Amino acid sequence: MATLTVDGKVRLERAFAKARAERRLAVVVYLTVGYPDRDATAPLLRAALDGGTDIVELGVPFSDPLADGSTVQRASETALRNGVTLDDCIREGADLVRERDAAVQLMGYTNPFYRRGYERLASDLRAAGIAGVIVPDMPAEESAELDRSFAPSGLVRVDLYAPTTPDERLARLLPSARGFVYCVSLTGVTGARDRLGPDVGDLVARVRRHTTLPVAVGFGIATPTHVAALRGVADGVAVGSAVLDVIGRAAVPDRATALRDFVRSLVEAGRS
Amino acid sequence: MSTTGRYGRFGGQYLPETLMPAVGELERAFDDARRDEAFTQEFDRLLREWVGRPTPLTDASRLAREVGLRRVTLKREDLAHTGAHKINNALGQALLAKRMGKHRIVAETGAGQHGVAAAAACALLGLECIVYMGTEDVRRQHPNVFRMKLLGAEVREVDAGSRTLKDAINEAIRDWVTNVRTTYYLLGSVVGPHPYPAMVRDFQSVIGREARAQHVERVGKLPDVVVACVGGGSNAMGIFSGFIADRDVKLRGVEAGGLGIESGKHAASIVGGREGVLHGARSLVLQTDDGQIRETHSVSAGLDYPGVGPEHAYLHETGRVRYVSRTDVEALEGFQLLSRTEGIIPALEPAHAIADLPHIRDDHGADTDVLVCLSGRGDKDLDTVMERLA
Repeated sequence: MATLTVDGKVRLERAFAKARAERRLAVVVYLTVGYPDRDATAPLLRAALDGGTDIVELGVPFSDPLADGSTVQRASETALRNGVTLDDCIREGADLVRERDAAVQLMGYTNPFYRRGYERLASDLRAAGIAGVIVPDMPAEESAELDRSFAPSGLVRVDLYAPTTPDERLARLLPSARGFVYCVSLTGVTGARDRLGPDVGDLVARVRRHTTLPVAVGFGIATPTHVAALRGVADGVAVGSAVLDVIGRAAVPDRATALRDFVRSLVEAGRS
Repeated sequence: MSTTGRYGRFGGQYLPETLMPAVGELERAFDDARRDEAFTQEFDRLLREWVGRPTPLTDASRLAREVGLRRVTLKREDLAHTGAHKINNALGQALLAKRMGKHRIVAETGAGQHGVAAAAACALLGLECIVYMGTEDVRRQHPNVFRMKLLGAEVREVDAGSRTLKDAINEAIRDWVTNVRTTYYLLGSVVGPHPYPAMVRDFQSVIGREARAQHVERVGKLPDVVVACVGGGSNAMGIFSGFIADRDVKLRGVEAGGLGIESGKHAASIVGGREGVLHGARSLVLQTDDGQIRETHSVSAGLDYPGVGPEHAYLHETGRVRYVSRTDVEALEGFQLLSRTEGIIPALEPAHAIADLPHIRDDHGADTDVLVCLSGRGDKDLDTVMERLA
């Protein structure tokens, strides 16, 4: 149980430091808990780590995921049909931290977290060794309550910034960023795309003027080619819909292997 | 209300970061427009010449006798162009979009009334209009789909979630996130992130201003009770806003009780919901213990929504407005009652307010003057009612 004395935020920092030391991009993998079925999640998460995943984002399914494209929407609907709850997500995270000492975050919408109560959420995450949350419908303007509950436990809420975020907003908000900064690569919802968003390099450069934290790029990142194109731009990449697509396409017995190999290809593409 | 769009602890802007600059820009544009006399004059002119305002106040004396009240007056939003109050807001926002230089409009619709109003306003002003509508609602409200197409709008079906209004809003927001630089989101109720609840209320406040003046002129006093149906709550905020400062006037919102609150199959977010965050605002929301948004039920598609405007949540908490619910069965009775006594076929939404009249008599006595917001006409609901009464 010694690992539990290390808090989740330290695991995040360690994950980026390790990738940097290995001269590659950190790979953040998103997986909707309970997709395609409840029993699939645990082996898939381990396969993702075996493939070299640095940080795991556990997707908390929500009935109305308004920042997500069709892939995550469908995964979310499937997970809810499978009866997945926030407790299940925290339990998966706790297992992964205990067994693999992994850097784990929850990614989910405001309402399930709000319903749980931010204080209780904080103590549950802390007990599980989960680093914190990413909440796509909670901009800095609405985060004060959650931040107050998270601060004493050292938990982090990772902010998202978008190509539409103006410089003055970055200057105002980035000083309070914790853990790492998540840049949305495109103007739109999640989902695999053929090409990288045209504004991503500009956004990362604008962000770096206001922070020394590691910068990860997500939304739309789907292929090793995308990852390779971000070498020298970002510190990490976050891949979600493409991961779900790989799992969804594979035959049931091959899912874990397909995911491990896909993650490995992303990790390799990020080496300089 | 503060400038950050909060009503007590309700309201706010729970949105993806991508949209945060856009809602800031919208807030500034709206503040600027409502201070600009040229804008308000053009809005007023079109309300008169195109919408047909002011809508009349009708004395419903046979209805009043039937339900045992001294006086019932109806604010006739059913006589506004396109058949409901929705046109007031659609026109106001379409004018604002044009002023902002945004020529691509997206909107959501449930029953189709807001979609038709948005399509009509866009046709009038020469704007491109895309309306998102759940596949379940497309099936239930086919004539309105055809009307929107005639008016030049593109109707996009949403085959996700419960395939109704809430999913149409999700999809409209996704479109907005993707095309935010060129696109204006024309939201149809007093829900969503700030500034929508305040802006939609302001565009609908013409209902309350007219009704207050008309009632005083006709009756020589204010009504004792003002009643309106509440889904998202735009017709109610519109008429209530004219009377909020009149502390002696009782305000009453009627939610969709569906098959009864205890059945769990209803759309009464205030009477049966809990605090939560949906579609960009903190309000009262129908949800599970795990924070998932629940599917709703109402005979009236326009009230079939699991949330309610944040200002309503606040007015409920402060006690300024009393919220009750009436069931599908009661609404159908109200629908027939008004048709039979006054020669007016109401939409199923305000039929819930009509159905509340006997309860208002029970609560406030027979010597009561009640003003009802008759938010829309019932043509769109004839199929539903025929099925139910067969």
